[in-house]
Amino acid sequence: MAVTDKAARRHRWDTRFAPYGYVAPYFLLFGVFGLFPLLYTIWVSLQHRNLLDEGGASLVWFDNYARLLADPYFWNAMGNTMSLWLLTTVPQILFALGIAALLNRKVRTRTLFRMGVILPNITSVAAVTIIFAQLFGRDFGLINWVLDLFGGGHVDWQAGTATSHVAIAVMVVWRWTGYHALIFLASMQAISPSLYEAATLDGASGWQQFWRITVPLLRPQIIFSTIIATTGNMRLLAEPLLFNPGAAAATGGSDRQFQTAALYLYEQGFTNYDFGYSSAIAVVLAIATVIVAGLGYLVTKRIQTE
Amino acid sequence: MRPKALAIGCAALATAVVLSGCGSETASGGKTKLTIGLFGNFGYAELLKEYASTHPDIEITDRTASYSDHHKNLAAHLATNNGAADIEAVDTGYINQFKATPDKFVDLNTKGGDQLKDRWLGWKWEASLSKEGKQIGYGTDIGGLAICYRRDLLEKAGLPADRDQVAALWPTWQDFMAAGKRFQANAPEGVKWFDGGPTVLNAIVGQASVGYYDRSDKIVVGDNEEIKAGWDLVVDGVQAGLSAKLLYSTPVWNTGFKQGQFATVTCPAWQMAKIKDQAPDAAGKWDVTSVPGGGGNWGGSYLTVPKQGKNVDKAVELAAWLTAPEQQARVFTTSGLLPSTPKLYDDPAIVGYKNPFFNDAPVGKLFTDAAKKLQPQYQGPKAGDIQTAIGNAMQRVEQGKQNGEDSWRQFVADVQK
Repeated sequence: MAVTDKAARRHRWDTRFAPYGYVAPYFLLFGVFGLFPLLYTIWVSLQHRNLLDEGGASLVWFDNYARLLADPYFWNAMGNTMSLWLLTTVPQILFALGIAALLNRKVRTRTLFRMGVILPNITSVAAVTIIFAQLFGRDFGLINWVLDLFGGGHVDWQAGTATSHVAIAVMVVWRWTGYHALIFLASMQAISPSLYEAATLDGASGWQQFWRITVPLLRPQIIFSTIIATTGNMRLLAEPLLFNPGAAAATGGSDRQFQTAALYLYEQGFTNYDFGYSSAIAVVLAIATVIVAGLGYLVTKRIQTE
Repeated sequence: MRPKALAIGCAALATAVVLSGCGSETASGGKTKLTIGLFGNFGYAELLKEYASTHPDIEITDRTASYSDHHKNLAAHLATNNGAADIEAVDTGYINQFKATPDKFVDLNTKGGDQLKDRWLGWKWEASLSKEGKQIGYGTDIGGLAICYRRDLLEKAGLPADRDQVAALWPTWQDFMAAGKRFQANAPEGVKWFDGGPTVLNAIVGQASVGYYDRSDKIVVGDNEEIKAGWDLVVDGVQAGLSAKLLYSTPVWNTGFKQGQFATVTCPAWQMAKIKDQAPDAAGKWDVTSVPGGGGNWGGSYLTVPKQGKNVDKAVELAAWLTAPEQQARVFTTSGLLPSTPKLYDDPAIVGYKNPFFNDAPVGKLFTDAAKKLQPQYQGPKAGDIQTAIGNAMQRVEQGKQNGEDSWRQFVADVQK
């Protein structure tokens, strides 16, 4: 009797506390690598603090934020970030939908194609950016050479605001479209063929079927992809940084024409050693990301089945 | 399935912990591991090998990054008190920023540095000395100025190629630009007179009696007429089409050397190593002659020993050895870096040295003369960043985004912010 009692108690303990044990590793890692840096960044953002001089830090409360809101270079960087967000997110989702629809058909060696689209995503971002920067080179770039063949002339891609944004957007879209396409493809395969058969009987064209059946049923994945793309693009750093290598890399062009908010953060933190100010940028950027991701969610949520 | 996954996860975590625990400073066999963090080309490959062979208890790893990456990484490693190499090179443009926090570095004066002081030029020693008198770095080279030029391209444009005659073309920077206009009138297709406005401007700034700062660390470049006159002159040259519009130390600039996109480039002594690295096929086409204006310094470096290192005594010993006159002499003959130790300026082996890559130019004589004439200019805390900002400003003119006056005003406002 006593033995079963003990076993029962152990069982009760087990069911009550074991789940916490199972989820603990995640929360432990999140606490160390997620929550702590977040709170510490907020704490530093309230200080006037040199990156190299922790001892000389002083608490200034919201001074950094007041300075930030009046800083034209910060707003320039936010504007560039928003521009790049639009130029990357929208084409990414549209191209991914198209590619997923193509891969969903019965084509020969489709496994090869399906694996192929993910390749850009697993290559090193630094290597890709360096190669793209060469493709977009002013004097010996492949793209200018092709443009030249069609009488397009010489474009100094890094010099202009629009041209530099297009070049950076191409790198991001190239890198991420395949990733989103695979997510869309997986959900497309879960759509029941009977829906398409019924639509075909009703005389709906392929194009109509795509927009009226496929896209609405992919809504959850499109929302997911939009949010992932948004959070990724709001902290865009490597592409603009490496697009303009050299001592001036952190300014994102001679007139900051492609300096993103994350790059401005990097400049303030690691060129000016203004740790407090760059932390304030990080906090504002995090808030902006939540807002923009919310906007993206509201837009994509409106995709409806009719 | 789950417990198994958990076990694998634990094993992976355990491995990671063990691996990071393994990254200790003592290598197998009881050797002391020293790392040295460099940028560009210090010409140390041979010397490090030799040091390791004469010191069997030492194993040296060198890691080289680009100029800006190196200094940004160093700042991050100092900020976190983790990850810095045992010896870290620091350029003139950054030394003031780092000596403002001398406690991050070993005070070399407490490790016998005060005994070695007389090795270096006085101003070189002063420049890495903190306000409290702590010495954070031993000087490596200085950036005495010259001009490197392509003989073949000058000849094609109908200009003289002989180095004395070329020097006679440009006693001043005004003459340099005038010669450029003559060159450009008959230049081979796709070749410009100089590589980029920022490079030329850095040389002119390096020759000014006052640079970006005054001696009380106040930024005075906005009122510096000497620099503004240089700016106007370079803007004029850019607008006359003399610039290949390539920013120095970038991949496109490196390509410019390979493709022969420009006929001249400002040559601080360390530039010679860069040219040789970038365009090894151009041996004999390049030559070196004296700089317009005379004198001036651009760059030059220091070896520092971050305090966070585990073997600071051995690191200090190596840094002292690498910067000793004997080693600096060897670096000069192998890589062209101009010694910061005046004892060598009258050494016949140095003065008589001719560089075969540069058409046997008498670089020993040329650069030791430049070093003797050099009037050191005071560098303020963020001279390196201001140099970047003025380069950006000149690029705005080259890219046609702004005219010279607007770009200058924006530059002054930016750096005084």
